[in-house]
Amino acid sequence: MTAFGKLVRTTAFRLTLVYLFLFALFAASLLGYFAWNTRRLITEQITTTVNAETGEISDIFGRRGLRGLVLTIENRALRPGANLYLVTTPAGQAIAGNVGSLAPGVMATTGWSETAYRRLDEQDTADHHALVRVTELSSGFRLLIGRDLEERRRLFGIVAKAAQWSVLIVVVLGLGGGVFVARRVLRRIDAMTGTTRRIMAGDLSGRLPVGRSGDELDRLAENLNAMLERIEALMMGLKEVSDNIAHDLKTPLTRLRNRAEEALARSGTEAEYRSALERTIEESDGLIRTFNALLMIARAESGQARGNMDDFDAADVAQGIHELYEPLAEDSGMTLHVKARSAPLHGNRELISQALANLVENAIKYGKPVSAAQPLSAGATADANQREILIEARRDGDQVLLSVTDHGPGIPVADRKHAVERFVRLEASRTQAGSGLGLSLASAVATLHGGDLRLDDARPGLIATLAIPTPSGARDGLAAQTHDVPQKAA
Amino acid sequence: MTVADTQMRLLIIEDDRESADYLVKAFREVGYVADLASDGEEGLALAEGGDYDVLVVDRMLPKRDGLSLIGALRDKGNRTPVLILSALGQVDDRIKGLRSGGDDYLPKPYSFAELLARIEVLSRRRGGPAEETTYRVGDLELDRLSHRVTRGKDELTLQPREFRLLEYLMKHAGQVVTRTMLLENVWDYHFDPQTNVIDVHISRLRSKIDKGFERPLLHTIRGAGYMIRDGIR
Repeated sequence: MTAFGKLVRTTAFRLTLVYLFLFALFAASLLGYFAWNTRRLITEQITTTVNAETGEISDIFGRRGLRGLVLTIENRALRPGANLYLVTTPAGQAIAGNVGSLAPGVMATTGWSETAYRRLDEQDTADHHALVRVTELSSGFRLLIGRDLEERRRLFGIVAKAAQWSVLIVVVLGLGGGVFVARRVLRRIDAMTGTTRRIMAGDLSGRLPVGRSGDELDRLAENLNAMLERIEALMMGLKEVSDNIAHDLKTPLTRLRNRAEEALARSGTEAEYRSALERTIEESDGLIRTFNALLMIARAESGQARGNMDDFDAADVAQGIHELYEPLAEDSGMTLHVKARSAPLHGNRELISQALANLVENAIKYGKPVSAAQPLSAGATADANQREILIEARRDGDQVLLSVTDHGPGIPVADRKHAVERFVRLEASRTQAGSGLGLSLASAVATLHGGDLRLDDARPGLIATLAIPTPSGARDGLAAQTHDVPQKAA
Repeated sequence: MTVADTQMRLLIIEDDRESADYLVKAFREVGYVADLASDGEEGLALAEGGDYDVLVVDRMLPKRDGLSLIGALRDKGNRTPVLILSALGQVDDRIKGLRSGGDDYLPKPYSFAELLARIEVLSRRRGGPAEETTYRVGDLELDRLSHRVTRGKDELTLQPREFRLLEYLMKHAGQVVTRTMLLENVWDYHFDPQTNVIDVHISRLRSKIDKGFERPLLHTIRGAGYMIRDGIR
């Protein structure tokens, strides 16, 4: 497409053309109306003057006879800018006036007519036009009084010329403006297109240029930039995840392979083979668990799990998880408590249970008090308090909070955001077994329900909270509806 | 009763040749008769014709998918227990599978021990006696109505969840029960915990029912799960 073709195809230019046509039409009709009205006005003025003078002169003829008539005519004809006068005998011979020649047959009919004429005192041969009235006086004399139409013609000419120029100016200015606007828009769109092409080619850091005017294109560019920001963040996340997946799945796979290789290379007893195989199975079970957790997270994040939502009480979930993990906590030398107040919730019960289970597992694994931080004088009771894990379910405003509090080392503020990411195991916990997916899954589950996972300081320790908004809006709506019913019935 | 009468007959409907062959071989080793169909249509025809104890159906099959096969079978009044095998292991897939008429659902990859344990339970469910009010294993007795558990002359005090755990184990006495089966049936959770949470519950239960008694009843089956039974096989 040529540059001109592109310009002409822009919306701005097409709009300009439409407006241009409308404005030209408007200008032309305005001037046309003006011209037509002026012409009518001038004609009216001439008729009035001529009628008045005809009456006057007929009167003079009646009172003073032919002589008076001729004198008056001669007198008036000499005035500057005089009207046209002509008096003829019944035989048609001119006896007074300032008209040299007329179109033939004008004097033959009485009444109004337009005619070409020449004045007596004029030297040029060009015909002028005039509007004349012929009146029959008594005894066959005829009187012609008229006025030159040059004025009317000139005025009409001026108007016509004004019309031509104004239409021309409208067209030129309009076209120019259209091209200007279209080129401006086109330049910015071209800049945007260029950037988008670069982004499509893989450079995700590119951003659309945003002007300072805050117009619609700027707003569009701002929104697109925000979108690009999000896409870039997602892509970065994805890349990080795939790097982590590669790392965290390859490590156990390598271990698995090494073990099998080692067992194969060493000719061992049946028992040795057996134990190698058992470890292989254990390792692959771990891998399968990791895969399942990843799939679960992906599913929760993509919102696919929204299908299985129902109403339940978060307190039941807290109690269920407490019941399931209480013996495990005790075996690990911790105590698990639950404080559950009724908190109705709409969501995927299974996923929320799993998220809470992950938080509890984390607390059992990592929530042991840091012994070095304990003053030696601290008694056994203080230590017992430190070894408590609390599961809590409650409603706070329009949110349901499911939290797990431990008194372990906690997570430093700087690491909290990081801790939720997939496969992240904070340095302190690297030595512990685990997939590093527990918090990610909990966070993904919270996000799926429109809430979030919060990590706070329990001084010392960690409070991990699943904050899930209750469908209070929906329920209020329902309540409003039920209130409405009797009103409508009444 | 002859051996042929008690021999378990399975139909495996699975299109992946290698895993199908592996299953057939593994089932024969434990003494089952296992037939094989490699697509949905063949599977449906065989399932209708043969008298099987349990059908093992892959969810994604050529010609006719697993769920539609089960639907067709159930529409014709065939009540053979079906275990669905699927690469889709998520909770909602599971629910879908069970709604379409499947009796159990096992996500791939699975362990053979898990599959075997579930098939045992399914076949027993079909042929087993009506729900009894009292379960007995050796001198251990569980009364489902009064919630009383006794071993010999001693009355045992169990927590409600321990009671349900024991009830499930005793209902399937003599069968291997996996950790996943316990989590699903006793706790109604379908996720797998990263920790040995079930083992701890079992060891607590064990300390109540076996501690101080000469013959242990609750056994750990390595690589599979647990079994409650009297005496050693």
